[in-house]
Amino acid sequence: MEITAAPMPDTRHVAHHFDDAEQQFVAAELGMWVFLATEVLFFGGVFCGYAIYRFKYAAEFIAGSHRLDVWLGTVNTAVLLTSSLTMALAVHAAQTSRRGALVRNLLLTLLLGAAFLGVKGYEYHHKFEERLVPGRNFRFVAHSAHVPESLQPAKEEKVDPRQVELFFSLYFAMTGLHALHMIIGIGVLAVLIVAAGRGAFSGGYFTPIEMTGLYWHFVDIVWVFLFPLLYLIR
Amino acid sequence: MTVQGFAHRNYLNADYRFRSWLWTTDHKRIAILYMISITMFFFVGGAAAVLFRLELMTPRGDLTIAETYNRLFTLHGVIMVFFFLIPSIPAVLGNFLLPMMIGARDLAFPRLNLASWYIFMLGGVMAVGAIIAGGADTGWTFYTPYSSTYTNTNVILMALGVFVAGFSSILTGLNFIVTIHTMRAPGLTWFRLPLFVWAHYATSLIMVLGTPVIAITLLLVVLERGLGIPIFDPKMGGDPLLFQHLFWFYSHPAVYIMILPSMGVISEIVACFARNRVFGYKFIAFSSLAIAVIGFLVWGHHMFVSGQSVYAGMVFSFMSMLVAVPSAIKVFNWTATLHKGAVSLETPMLYALGFIGLFTLGGLTGLFLATLAIDVHVHDTYFVVAHFHYIMVGGAVMGYLGGIHFWWPKMTGRMYPEWWGRLSAGIIFIGFNLTFFPQFVLGYLGMPRRVHEYVEEFQVLNVMSSAGASILGVGYLIPLAYLIWSLRYGPLASANPWGATGLEWQTESPPTTFNFDKTPVVREEAYHYDTGLTEASHSHVL
Repeated sequence: MEITAAPMPDTRHVAHHFDDAEQQFVAAELGMWVFLATEVLFFGGVFCGYAIYRFKYAAEFIAGSHRLDVWLGTVNTAVLLTSSLTMALAVHAAQTSRRGALVRNLLLTLLLGAAFLGVKGYEYHHKFEERLVPGRNFRFVAHSAHVPESLQPAKEEKVDPRQVELFFSLYFAMTGLHALHMIIGIGVLAVLIVAAGRGAFSGGYFTPIEMTGLYWHFVDIVWVFLFPLLYLIR
Repeated sequence: MTVQGFAHRNYLNADYRFRSWLWTTDHKRIAILYMISITMFFFVGGAAAVLFRLELMTPRGDLTIAETYNRLFTLHGVIMVFFFLIPSIPAVLGNFLLPMMIGARDLAFPRLNLASWYIFMLGGVMAVGAIIAGGADTGWTFYTPYSSTYTNTNVILMALGVFVAGFSSILTGLNFIVTIHTMRAPGLTWFRLPLFVWAHYATSLIMVLGTPVIAITLLLVVLERGLGIPIFDPKMGGDPLLFQHLFWFYSHPAVYIMILPSMGVISEIVACFARNRVFGYKFIAFSSLAIAVIGFLVWGHHMFVSGQSVYAGMVFSFMSMLVAVPSAIKVFNWTATLHKGAVSLETPMLYALGFIGLFTLGGLTGLFLATLAIDVHVHDTYFVVAHFHYIMVGGAVMGYLGGIHFWWPKMTGRMYPEWWGRLSAGIIFIGFNLTFFPQFVLGYLGMPRRVHEYVEEFQVLNVMSSAGASILGVGYLIPLAYLIWSLRYGPLASANPWGATGLEWQTESPPTTFNFDKTPVVREEAYHYDTGLTEASHSHVL
């Protein structure tokens, strides 16, 4: 393999208050990690609520979870993990100054993210039809035609529909917040794709691509926790 | 009187257009924007306090009905906590001074800094909008299920205002952390940093780790109230204690967001006006971090009577005792710094000494409250009100005013009138104690907080408190007047009127837009005062 010298930093992007490109990059990277730490705490609050309610109302949470479509959830997990791969490839393409590969991978990431949201929207729609959206119209029947017999709660087990509603509140709050983060990420990607197409990034300057990559991976990791907690509890 | 202009180009006269302020990315100008904004919020919150102190002059509710009273103290709490105290020192003095203290030309993310001001103002407009629309009556604590289900007031808009303003706090904290890590001048090692910077580093940690939790909590309240999806509603099996835990997980550390920056200010002022090195520099630096860390583990002491488990209560009680240790270390070290120093009593020093005394009283009564049995007795009484006002007003506001006076010549290039400064510092100290000391007694005798009527036995102490509040109000108006006066008529200040150490005093007053002509190189420890040297401290004026 041919060893090439690291590309010279592109000094046009160094803001007046930084000494050099390296200082600026280190600052951006640290800033992004601190931001992600705040995001962990932000999601942490609602994860904490989930943990407490699931501990208190295990049967209801399982009954609620059975109403989620595991297959769609699995497909979405695969879609999102693939988008993380294309995002990583985009960062690598930027670092190695390959404009075509960069635009292509960013576009793929955006499309996979949009596909995820499409599936999520379909799931939301389905829950709406099943009257599983919390609120005035929520109606949970323990023995529903939508659920295979093997996953029905045992006859003697009492499942309180009010706490199933609590499960769905958390389901919509958590996946909704996650989806909001996806939408923001897709917006950022769209801006980056336009900029990348114009040749704004190179091995000398790829900070926005790398930072967006960190954000995108973070949003994926949140889903990696949401998927088993919401879909796979038995 | 002739008005003298500045000879040099600086951040104030660089551009006079209105636009140049609204689109500025200069940390110093953003600090001024924050200062103007939070001053307005301070007087909005203060006006509410005037009204309910008037109401409390008599045992019966003859000025307001209960509903109005509830809205007044909610307004006071929300505005003072989220829109004055939390941004006060970090967003004004921190923003202005932090880059200069570390020899940088700006914060790491100047545009983010401006964005955080706009976000703050958006949150403020929402909160004020909620107030104009009739206000909320939940108290600043937004306890569920009252806030989420039962009250008929504007909780959604108020909570969203706090939610939005929270992001400004997060972004400020993030900016500070990155700036301190990556932008220190050559030679400025961590243990050469001014203690003001250490205090802001610890504060920023709390801002970025605590604020997101209150954000999600208030968002859940808004979702429950606005969309009707059950989360905390006990009817549906929801847990109001969950709300309280999440709320206090932020809101107790938020107390340290208010007090830690103030402690940083006090370290600077005490060293300068005692002309002495700070005693135990590393102890003060690390005690800031210790407060930030332990402060995250004490929130349950707000919930001793809420029904949380007794064992949890005992642990939280113990941790609360523990967090007093680093605070005490600071008080002892400031006192030791005064020892054998050449102490002079200019206005900032008066505020600093006031801070030390009042903070000590607030801290010690905090230990009473951290004791389970005493807390059960005085819970939700005026004892608690008095305690936290000693910390937040006696501590945080005193520190803020001390800092504003100390750095006023740097920020504006003008000296404030010293005689008026000392006078108002004295008035504020007297007014403050007259307002809040009787409340310790009232609380211990059993007067509950947040109630607009009381039994007649409590009237004398309440009248004392209201009288003190009016003195305190005058004390706050005098600096407002003379500081504005000094902008035009104050004598020009030299670069370093106090003869203080620190890089911010090596720039001109007011500083140029990029602070330093060339990046300073640091070769010494902070606070290299020659003990006993006094003549520099008396040449304030150019």
